[in-house]
Amino acid sequence: MIRTPLRPLARILDARQKGQNPDAIERENKRIRHEQMRDTSRQRAEGRLLVLGVFFFAAFAVVGARMGLLATNEPVEPRAHAPGAIISAARADIVDRNGHLLATNFDTHALYAQPRHMVDPTRAAKELVAIFPDLKEERLVKDFTGKRKFLWIKKKISPEQMQAVHDIGDPGLLFAPRDMRLYPNGKLAAHVLGGASYGKEGVHAAEVIGVAGAERYFDDYLRDPANAGKPLQLSLDLTVQDASERVLYGGMKLMNAKGATSVLMDVKTGEVISVVSLPDFDPNDRPRVLTEGDASDSPLFNRAVQGVYELGSVFKIFTAAQAIDLGLVNAGTIIDTKGPMKVGGFRIGEFQNKNYGKISVSDIIVKSSNRGTGRMAMDIGAKRQQDFLRSLGFFEHTPFEIVEASGGKPLLPKKWTELSSVTISYGHGLSSSPMHLAAGYAAIANGGFKVKPTLLKQTSPQMGDRVMSARAASDARKMLRAVVAEGTASFGEVEGYHIGGKTGTADKPKRRGGYYEDKVIATFASIFPAHDPKYVLIVTLDEPVETSGKKPRRTAGWTAVPVAAEMVRRIAPLLGVRPTVEPLDTAVLTLTSSN
Amino acid sequence: MRAFLYILTSLAVIGLAFWAYRENYATQQALSETEKLRDGIRSAHSRLAVLHAEWAYQNRPDRLRDLVMINYERLSLMELRPDQFGQIDQVSYPAPPLLDIVNSVEVSSMAAEEVSQ
Repeated sequence: MIRTPLRPLARILDARQKGQNPDAIERENKRIRHEQMRDTSRQRAEGRLLVLGVFFFAAFAVVGARMGLLATNEPVEPRAHAPGAIISAARADIVDRNGHLLATNFDTHALYAQPRHMVDPTRAAKELVAIFPDLKEERLVKDFTGKRKFLWIKKKISPEQMQAVHDIGDPGLLFAPRDMRLYPNGKLAAHVLGGASYGKEGVHAAEVIGVAGAERYFDDYLRDPANAGKPLQLSLDLTVQDASERVLYGGMKLMNAKGATSVLMDVKTGEVISVVSLPDFDPNDRPRVLTEGDASDSPLFNRAVQGVYELGSVFKIFTAAQAIDLGLVNAGTIIDTKGPMKVGGFRIGEFQNKNYGKISVSDIIVKSSNRGTGRMAMDIGAKRQQDFLRSLGFFEHTPFEIVEASGGKPLLPKKWTELSSVTISYGHGLSSSPMHLAAGYAAIANGGFKVKPTLLKQTSPQMGDRVMSARAASDARKMLRAVVAEGTASFGEVEGYHIGGKTGTADKPKRRGGYYEDKVIATFASIFPAHDPKYVLIVTLDEPVETSGKKPRRTAGWTAVPVAAEMVRRIAPLLGVRPTVEPLDTAVLTLTSSN
Repeated sequence: MRAFLYILTSLAVIGLAFWAYRENYATQQALSETEKLRDGIRSAHSRLAVLHAEWAYQNRPDRLRDLVMINYERLSLMELRPDQFGQIDQVSYPAPPLLDIVNSVEVSSMAAEEVSQ
């Protein structure tokens, strides 16, 4: 570029000669130069604006085009992303503690009809009835020829039935894929598993929802797609559960009982290894809920957690353990159990009006003396008794993880008088479930720590707060052992397993108040092996009667105890508990010296 | 020099375009292959689930018990009993091997006279 000087010499000289002001030339040139500068900078600025404008336009155009594209396109599943595991919408499986399958899913189909597309509705209806005899032909014809556009015919059909329907060849009969909940073991652990049914149903899928038991309690977990492939592991043991069910069923029939229940629990972790309630049902084909009569007569009723009854003398050991814990007595303290004993105007009697006289605390448990336990309870006092039973969990429903558990709230006296205190000390006036009792006995068995009954497999001991001293628990265990060795539960002896336990026979309450004379709840609460307890086993029979003798016998010692003993004989080996030789009680050894 | 650069650049653009075209198709191919595999995995999973369910059904305690009953004569399977727990010292040592038979004498009664009755 040729730069024009501001003061070109030729023009300046020329202007000077003419007498003009040479500065005017400079000003003129400056002006021209400034104009040129202005023009170029303007051009540059305009160029930049244009570039920026184009850039913004392009950017917005891209965004707009993308939005338009997204809005008009059919959505497609992203194909490029690679999840680690296949996300499956199927409900998670339920397995036992060893990984055996308890509940799983099965692909099946539902059958529906679109009458508009049907070729020959009457023939289709006739052929359908031939395949499914429970359908009504007139009803189907009415539905197919009426105004309905859509109807479900069958919720679940087998592959053979599906093929048969296919062979009808009517385009109006259609199949919808379904996930079916399958319990391969049939009736096994029916009350724990509960059952499942369909929630919202569509043509392409239907949601499977839990309706009872663990299926309902863990519904959110089981339905969460993030948990697919991660089955829910329960604490139950399939083999032990089956053996328990079988033995208990045999025992129930043998003892002419109308119902039975058992709870087997690990004393340190609170894991429930098996829980049986008879009569039971098949969760694959769940019976309907009873609409009239007593709910406890339904097979759906779970006696282990919902059966809230006064359990009788099995409670005595809690009174004895607390009295020892508080330092009021020790196992050898002599207590006068002589009658008559009146509390609050009510006579406290013994079984068959016996009189045991002055006996030790240990003998009170062994002989099951109501008056002896009552006297201890009066020393303990209502307040401390309540606190103790509350700490063992007898004041609220068990935390067992099935929905029915929340229905098993213990029945407590409205006012805890001295009389309540005495009757509760031997198990009357407070109703609780066998599961509560199992948790209470577990605390005695594990050395005095509270445990919560759980349905989930645990990997380490889950012992809670201390509820009684180790000394009290150990003394209580010795008493329980004595009950079996020399007391009311002598049929409970199983060689090598050293069962300790307490019997309880409670009259059944009438619905309108009062008690039945000839209907009892017989309970045997046991721990084994008594010197180093690993498991608690509660067996309860509903209205048992043993008829081998001259008179019908209903006490737990004759009914629940032999059943429990057979159960231990059968399941302890399955649990891997070796039969052992009972260690000698060191107290009976006397040091002798010849010096 | 400049012309050469222009040619080089346009060749590079053509080359890159070709590469992108090929990559695009390779990606599509890989995606559809993945999809096919995933479909295969899915159906294998559902087949496996059915097999698991069937295995559990075939091994349900009721059926096993029946099988034990049916085959009792052949197998004599019994329930596990407490007295079946053993101690390690109850297991005997293996019996010493039998001595080899050497210098055997063949004995035969073939040559004996038949006794008539």
